Amino acid sequence: MNSKITGSEALMLALQAEGVKTIFGYPGGSIMPVYDALYDYTRGEKKAFDHILVRHEQGATHAAEGYARVSGEVGVALVTSGPGATNTLTGVADAMLDSTPIVVIAGQVPISALGTDFFQEVDLVGVAQPISKWSYQIRHAEDIAWAVSRAFYIARSGRPGPVVLDFPKNAQTELVDFKPEKVDFVRSYVPYPKLEMDAVQAAADLINRAQKPLALVGQGVELGHAQDELVAFLEKADIPAGRTMLGLSALPSTHPLNVGMLGMHGNYAVNLKEQECDVLIAIGMRFSDRVTGSLKTYAKQAKVIHLDIDKSEINKNVRAHVAVVADCKESLPALTALVNKGDHSAWRESFKPLDAQERAKVIEPAIHPTEGPLLMGEVVNVVAEATQGDAVLVTDVGQNQLFATRYFKYPKRRSICTSGGLGTMGYGMPAAIGATFGAPDRTVCCFMGDGGFQMCIEELGTIMEQQAPVKMILMNNNYLGNVRQWQDMFWKRRKSFTRMMNPCYELIAKGYGIPYEAVTDREELAAAVGRMLEAKGPYILECAIMEEDNVLPMTPPGMNLDDMMLEIQV
Amino acid sequence: MEEQKLYTILVYSENIAGVLNQITAVFTRRQVNIESLNVCASSTPGVHKYTITCYCTEEMVKMLKKQIEKRIDVLQARYYTDEDIFMLESSLLKISAPAVMENSEVCRIVRHHGARIVEVNPTYAAVEKTGTTEDILSLYEALNHLGVVRQFARSGRICITRGTREQLDDYLAEREKEKNG
Repeated sequence: MNSKITGSEALMLALQAEGVKTIFGYPGGSIMPVYDALYDYTRGEKKAFDHILVRHEQGATHAAEGYARVSGEVGVALVTSGPGATNTLTGVADAMLDSTPIVVIAGQVPISALGTDFFQEVDLVGVAQPISKWSYQIRHAEDIAWAVSRAFYIARSGRPGPVVLDFPKNAQTELVDFKPEKVDFVRSYVPYPKLEMDAVQAAADLINRAQKPLALVGQGVELGHAQDELVAFLEKADIPAGRTMLGLSALPSTHPLNVGMLGMHGNYAVNLKEQECDVLIAIGMRFSDRVTGSLKTYAKQAKVIHLDIDKSEINKNVRAHVAVVADCKESLPALTALVNKGDHSAWRESFKPLDAQERAKVIEPAIHPTEGPLLMGEVVNVVAEATQGDAVLVTDVGQNQLFATRYFKYPKRRSICTSGGLGTMGYGMPAAIGATFGAPDRTVCCFMGDGGFQMCIEELGTIMEQQAPVKMILMNNNYLGNVRQWQDMFWKRRKSFTRMMNPCYELIAKGYGIPYEAVTDREELAAAVGRMLEAKGPYILECAIMEEDNVLPMTPPGMNLDDMMLEIQV
Repeated sequence: MEEQKLYTILVYSENIAGVLNQITAVFTRRQVNIESLNVCASSTPGVHKYTITCYCTEEMVKMLKKQIEKRIDVLQARYYTDEDIFMLESSLLKISAPAVMENSEVCRIVRHHGARIVEVNPTYAAVEKTGTTEDILSLYEALNHLGVVRQFARSGRICITRGTREQLDDYLAEREKEKNG
């Protein structure tokens, strides 16, 4: 016979039952009973969790995202009501757009006070619903077992996403006979749609007739643990494949069928070939506007096959001739069985002259410059070579992200954390903290600009306290570089508030006791990167970057992929 | 530009707080106005039924359906045109009683439109009319023309489908099988 326990302790047991090991959080008034219970569950004989005290609740959600992205487990953030809860919303929206499984548990005022504009009361479920996969208020302690298990099931299954649990204080203190529940079925929710073999056959028929097939690989492959199934499919049918930014490590960048990154600043050949291929096979990707450019002209010549677990993605942006709605772990092997052994070597060869043009005009000048100030591309390249592609890449948002994703190497799975859909500046530093806990055996390299570095700069406190081994590469160009690039290209060079005065980062690093080095000379770069990687624990490497460098190639927003530019002609 | 039509969307959901909010948010985000909305318990215990009408293109209504079904607690969303369903709306009109007494035209219009007087007292008469939007508006306009209408209330549309298969039952049976299998 179980004796009754508090709702707060029930939450601890429910989280334990879901296999939670790490919690990113920040205490406050409406979550105090839970933090009191957490005291016992983070030490001594009951120890079940590591609690990482962040410095801002937004940081907790991004850390949970970084943790989830590299580990494949659900990330957990624990915060208080009101401002604590609203501070998580950016992270929740980010996780929704990038299909990242996190569960945010927020305190709430007691249900008797709801609706009275009580101190630190906010209608969290109301504001979170449109930007989360599921939001629920646990009004009484007896709902905890069911709601927590349901939350984790929804967050991790199907197309993953963020779940928000609003936890009023009365439910935290009520006594309950706790019995853990295991939710693995929700009647109204079909996370893994049944594979339709007719659709697979139709897809195979198109592929078998194709002369110029092209695959577009998205994060869905990684989320579905279908990396091997993808390679088997591509190799059998001999299909070149581009990867989306979030799908960069879903196919090893070293694989001969990898033809680079898709999108506005992706690789030149694959972007132009999207406009030439006869069959386009989209696998676990959602045809973001950053990938397609103008939909009016996008891949109009091609028959489109769309493999996705989420039926709402089918025909949302690009019309699919054949849709295979299922987990790609299941659909890819079924398709592989039906496709003929292919040989598209002539088609694949046709990418090479375009690749050579990009290498000569863009890549070589970006990664091997011989004069002038340091460039972002060469910094990324030196770090990528020094880590031999073994590291996890975390980026912030902006030019740092575009250069880092372009020039990093991804031979290993689950190697990229970046804010693709929401484009959240400030994501990088906390996500990198989360990544060090999610993949403790891997090096975590976080590239940031001077704008994004300062947007969650308070998390340096978390890095200091945890000695989280984040290798922070601060690429400082004294500009909000990506907006500045757009101003130069599309706004008559009127640099409206993109030039930024920076603090002395060395002093900031010193304040947090984090090792710091600055590089301004090309000759010193490799050695400095070496010292950063050899150092134990966190490190800030500030690189003085050329102020007005531009990310290329580029398809200007809303333009046709055919108009992708290798150089800027103004 | 694809043609805009009146669609009726039937949504079934679990009886969990906040689902209506989530459904209407799908319309708001895509800038589609809801013309009418009726929410009530369905014939299946624990399942709520939403009858929503809106003007939009077929492409849009397909997207609305998918985005509504994406919400975790929604069981099913289907869309129909008027040919696919039996539908009606209800209305109540409050008419000044002296006007009814003094003007025989009022009673004639009520009878002509197949409406019913459900209550009469010295100050007002309550008239009830059930039918299509057009039937109801036609009655209202005729009476309003005489200047006797004090209040007018119209419900949202309710409907049943003409098809032979009960798609919600099929879905629930399928899910029950999957749960046990």
